[in-house]
Amino acid sequence: MDTVENMSPELLAFEARLAKDEVIEPKDWMPADYAKTLLRQISQHAHSEVIGMQPEGNWVLRAPTFRAKKILLAKIQDEGGHGLYLYSAAETLGMDRSQMIDQLHEGKAKYSSIFNYPALNWADIGAIGWLVDGAAIVNQVSLQRTSFGPYARAMVRICMEESFHQRQGYEIMVRMMRGNEAQRQMAQDAMNRWWWPALMMFGPHDKDSAHTQQSMKWKIKRQSNDVLRQRFVDKTIPQAHFIGLNVPDPDLKYDEETKSYQIGEINWDEFNQVIRGNGFCNHARLSHHKKRIGKESGYVRLQLHTL
Amino acid sequence: MSENKNDQLPLWEVFIQKSNGAPIKHAGSIHASDKEMALQNARDIYTRRNEGRLLWLVPSNAIVATVIEDEADFFDPADDKIYRHPSFYEVPDGVTNI
Repeated sequence: MDTVENMSPELLAFEARLAKDEVIEPKDWMPADYAKTLLRQISQHAHSEVIGMQPEGNWVLRAPTFRAKKILLAKIQDEGGHGLYLYSAAETLGMDRSQMIDQLHEGKAKYSSIFNYPALNWADIGAIGWLVDGAAIVNQVSLQRTSFGPYARAMVRICMEESFHQRQGYEIMVRMMRGNEAQRQMAQDAMNRWWWPALMMFGPHDKDSAHTQQSMKWKIKRQSNDVLRQRFVDKTIPQAHFIGLNVPDPDLKYDEETKSYQIGEINWDEFNQVIRGNGFCNHARLSHHKKRIGKESGYVRLQLHTL
Repeated sequence: MSENKNDQLPLWEVFIQKSNGAPIKHAGSIHASDKEMALQNARDIYTRRNEGRLLWLVPSNAIVATVIEDEADFFDPADDKIYRHPSFYEVPDGVTNI
């Protein structure tokens, strides 16, 4: 445990800067664990953007209209761009991109578990944009105030671009709910499958979260998992009800006093299974990524790094 | 743990001018092998939504920078010259337009 007596002058100065809400830049002095935590988080975030291109890429050739296809391509291009902003931010901490990708391939670095679920029908593209990007935005808006400058600035750019992602997803859901009975069923089915995984994106409850306390102390994280999850719940449920979608939670309650929804129990067993590699698509996502930029494919690798 | 392989293309810093007459501001960085690729990559990564009308690309290793630890010493000459600010001067009541 650090006490003022055993803290180095550099560490004291660092904590004093954080206390004043100063932003830390790459060349500034920082504790090794602060850099390590950031590298883990930013590279995971970058990998998520890139792996997240896969479930949507699956639908480019099957998009129902030319308009939908153009939009989907633009969204996927954004995700690639977001991956690059984030890899650049992580590189300022001294690890280069190919090392981060090696860590992903070796299973030492993760990506968001949400992308281990399949996009089965067109309504899934709606649900991904509306719910998955919606959840990501809540998290990323909070991270615009993270204490590490390059990460915070990448978040500002990403949030600006992501708001179109969420709206295009909601528009797909609106259109399907205004369509025929089969379309409404597809939309509800996508809602049923994506709702809980979207809530899991915020991570374990605060009391069970290994990294939250230290990350909050360092102002890497500005709000806790449960606070952000609740914000998403309260924003999103009225949007679901507005277009006639049911929230697949039998224990859902609305608290008139706090003007806030109380959700039922999250299935953490499922969450842990998917993290451990037992989700529907864990193998497919990673093996596709390895194949595209793996060691056997130097040309493609170079191209991807410089897209 | 795997090592850095130094297999990345050179790093460039991207500066964007948003509109005519505006300052040219740092936006981020990209990797590229030469000047043309640097400009094209910067366009594709940082200006997909008309974020700018002009790009500057600077090799990152050409940038000279101060460090925050030297802030107090380095900028010290500006600390004790408050007469450089207009608020330092007394203007009699009733005098306007100055």
